Amino acid sequence: MSTPEPSNTAASAPTAPTAATASSSESSSELRVIEDATCTFCGCVCDDMELTVEGNRITKAKNACVLGKAWFFNHHIEDRPEALIDGEPAGYDAAMDRAAEILLSAKFPLTYGLSDSTSEAQRVAVAITDWIGGIVDTTTSVCHGPSGIAFQGVGEVTCSLGEVKNRADYVIFWGGNPAESHPRHFTKYSLMPKGEFVPRGRKDRTAVLIDVRKTKSAKAADHFLQVKPRRDFELAWALRALAHGLELDESIEETTGIKLEKLHEIMDGMKRAKFGVILFGMGVTMTRGKHLNSEAILALTRDMNQHTRWNAKPMRGHGNVTGADNVVTWSTGYPFGVHLGSGFPRFNPGEFTASDVLARGEADAALIIASDPMSNFSQPARDHLASIPSVVLDPKLTDTARTAAVAFTVSTYGINTGGTVYRMDDVPIPLRPAFESPFKSDLEILRGIESRIRKIQLADVSLDKSDETAAGVA
Amino acid sequence: MSSLRITGGTIYDPANGVDGQVGDIWIVDGCVVESPSEEGAKADRTLDATGLVVMPGGVDMHCHIAGPKVNTARKMIPEDKRTADPVVRTRLTRSGTVGSVPSTFATGYLYAGMGYTTAMDAAVPPLGARHAHEELEDTPIIDKGFYVLMGNNHYVMKQIAADEPGLLKAYIAWLLHSTKGFAAKLVNPGGVEIWKSGGGNARGIDDTVEHFGVTPRQIIRGVAAAVDELGLPHPVHIHCNNLGMPGNHATTMETMTSLEGHRAHMTHIQFHSYDGDPDDQSTFGSRVSELAAYVNTHDNLTVDVGQVMFARTTSMTGDGPLGYFLHQVTGRKWFSGDIEMEAGCGIVPIVYKQKSLVHALQWAIGLEWYLLVDDPWRIAMSTDHPNGGSFLAYPEIISLLMDRELRREVLAGAPRAVADRCTLKELDREYSLYEIAIITRAGPARMLGLSHKGHLGPGADGDVTMYSPDDDIQRMFELPRYVVSRGEVVVDDAQIVQDTRGRTLHVAPDFDLDAVDDIQAWFESTYSIQFRNYPVGDHYLLDPLVVPTS
Repeated sequence: MSTPEPSNTAASAPTAPTAATASSSESSSELRVIEDATCTFCGCVCDDMELTVEGNRITKAKNACVLGKAWFFNHHIEDRPEALIDGEPAGYDAAMDRAAEILLSAKFPLTYGLSDSTSEAQRVAVAITDWIGGIVDTTTSVCHGPSGIAFQGVGEVTCSLGEVKNRADYVIFWGGNPAESHPRHFTKYSLMPKGEFVPRGRKDRTAVLIDVRKTKSAKAADHFLQVKPRRDFELAWALRALAHGLELDESIEETTGIKLEKLHEIMDGMKRAKFGVILFGMGVTMTRGKHLNSEAILALTRDMNQHTRWNAKPMRGHGNVTGADNVVTWSTGYPFGVHLGSGFPRFNPGEFTASDVLARGEADAALIIASDPMSNFSQPARDHLASIPSVVLDPKLTDTARTAAVAFTVSTYGINTGGTVYRMDDVPIPLRPAFESPFKSDLEILRGIESRIRKIQLADVSLDKSDETAAGVA
Repeated sequence: MSSLRITGGTIYDPANGVDGQVGDIWIVDGCVVESPSEEGAKADRTLDATGLVVMPGGVDMHCHIAGPKVNTARKMIPEDKRTADPVVRTRLTRSGTVGSVPSTFATGYLYAGMGYTTAMDAAVPPLGARHAHEELEDTPIIDKGFYVLMGNNHYVMKQIAADEPGLLKAYIAWLLHSTKGFAAKLVNPGGVEIWKSGGGNARGIDDTVEHFGVTPRQIIRGVAAAVDELGLPHPVHIHCNNLGMPGNHATTMETMTSLEGHRAHMTHIQFHSYDGDPDDQSTFGSRVSELAAYVNTHDNLTVDVGQVMFARTTSMTGDGPLGYFLHQVTGRKWFSGDIEMEAGCGIVPIVYKQKSLVHALQWAIGLEWYLLVDDPWRIAMSTDHPNGGSFLAYPEIISLLMDRELRREVLAGAPRAVADRCTLKELDREYSLYEIAIITRAGPARMLGLSHKGHLGPGADGDVTMYSPDDDIQRMFELPRYVVSRGEVVVDDAQIVQDTRGRTLHVAPDFDLDAVDDIQAWFESTYSIQFRNYPVGDHYLLDPLVVPTS
């Protein structure tokens, strides 16, 4: 390139994954500060961290919330083997050989997890699943999967978090407790910041919390609506009716727990707003009605655009679950629960989603990346997962890693490795690792497994006939 | 050093004036070279193209194939894929889904399979640039790049309002650097910001965008001038205000005159050439004749068509208020995505029907454009994939352009009023293979300023497509016999035989570094991400090529 970089400040673009300024080994006592680092703990993906690193430990995390601090301080280098094969310590090469062998010999392999890894690693995981003809599913299927299904039903009117910051004068939090689950959401994006069109910040905004219980988030809201448990759908439908100018009677209080008068007050405020947003959590998606609840909220938001501008946004949990949705979608056409065993992608939540596949006892091998289904899936699913050979990548020795045939110890994304993470509003953000880990990244391990699988597949001439004739682009 | 000789083909290479002459093409290390003068020179590989029609690889200068909006459409419309034949995994290639918005791997294979070796995504919001590059890396074989949305960018509007052309120019260059983008794109300039800040739209190019105090006319002229001064290889790429509205021909004409001689590319011009009353769809008609006459006499302008084809497809646009309009018209599910300081987005599934007066007129109006622009170098083939139809419809469009009887057959199946409201039935022009080679590769390459694309002279990329002549023109262009990308045979008899990666094309114009402080100050007071985390690093681009400015 003959032209200058835009400037040192502007274009010292995040560079390759090894961008950590120094390695842990040569700076054991040296104190370093990493600016504009990214916290990957939750879907907020705050990228304004100022990390102080002493040796191979983060000692200060300026701007981090309580969850972020716990994330940064607890990820130090543990004294563990590179990998375990059947519980016995092993080196990476032997473990990658064994992993490739397990996955290649499976008839119905399952890839699951992915939401706490970089998009670069997610891409390789999808590639492996495609090459071996398995199922790929992510933690989306057990959190906002219903919102994904609702999205396919009614669409979504949404915006980036900076739009909320700069414009939102009416903010509804529904079925979530951001004060404790996404602690910086209020201050960084949705309530406190002063924005281009809301120059007085919090004073220019009305905040509403809708939840079944009065959580810590209620303190931050102007209105708290305590909806009866399992009545989110009815509440959203009642608001839709009011948005359309239909009459409701007082019995709505009996149904939803909210007085009709209060609903009118809220709807009047919603219509007067210039830019409203509904931020909804798993209290909506994982209660009775599931995707119907999300669909009702998305439809309410859509309808409100007949009056003024309204947007909705699911509050995503895991650091890069949004990246997982994106990567699986661009690779296969579908967001999660994708079956590649017929040689092409098929989508059917409930049939091809990991918890269901396992609970039915179907998969015969598993590749689990950055997730711990052994601690949160149903008992039948856990029983089956424990009974099949699995390959697990995790920085920690999780319950899932303990049951694995091959368990890789990997470095932690965002702390030890670079890459890309998609914030809950689909904005991709680069990672600036703080210190080097002696352990390999998900990306490196998955690439190692993929290259082994491909080497074996490309050497196998019998594949030529069966596959190549079926294919083609025309 | 590897070499390929393509021998005995009938070559159509309009950029070098070659119109159906039989000859050889030599490619060494991915580039076309002069045929060696010595007798008996040998290549590592020789392809016998005797009897085949040989053209440069196709160049699609306006499509939507990567980035946040495209991927959202994939997520939103599973039903579109369920009924389409998938791309099946082979020993060498990945699997994928098709429908109107194919998955990334499928996109690369399908373009290559149709003889296209370059495609440019036309609308990426800067904040989504990193995402677009990630997808392009997973889009095999073809060379690719994207245009950066700027027509509703707050900094652009502020500098135009403040009459600071220097800062505007520096910002556009900085933004192209930061995104690794290829060109400046305007989508409904000013109108999207009006939609984002409370609803509504710009109804004409002299409406004021409140809060910023600028008009679409000022944005159009300001950005067109800045792009010319920067010497970008492709001029400003304009999606006019009022897309799809009856009577919008007036806005389109005003947009063209507002340029005051600056270069511009008017995109999917079909959607902007309508007669009628904006409040009454039944008054819909064509005004192509006068718009095409203006284009014919103003060589600062080029166009692509945005042909509508009768099929189920997906409307996806950076034009947020248009998405809302289509949702209201069709009643179908709707996605809208507003992006801070930069852009909007609308997605709605849509079915174009031959029996619909409006849809059939849109189809006819697209064809009028192809047939009424005199100089084929000034008009590029596009469907605005997937808006008017899939890129997979290009062979069918070619057959319509080469066969007036076929056009008349289709017209006969449309509502009778269609023929009365446009000039299509009177147009006897039929495209030659030479002209098809212009509008599908040589012309778009020239419009993009890509001196290494769209031709087969020395220095060109070794991108070559070979077709078996066929009375069925559509079939001929659907199933090339061979496709070569940078000297590698990638398609042989409808099979992908080599899974190459392709390159990313972008620009890196010079600019005033002193402007960065002002950009940074504005950025830090507005965006929700850190300034240093905004620019896309080089490592996101596989084998990038910086296309020089002039």
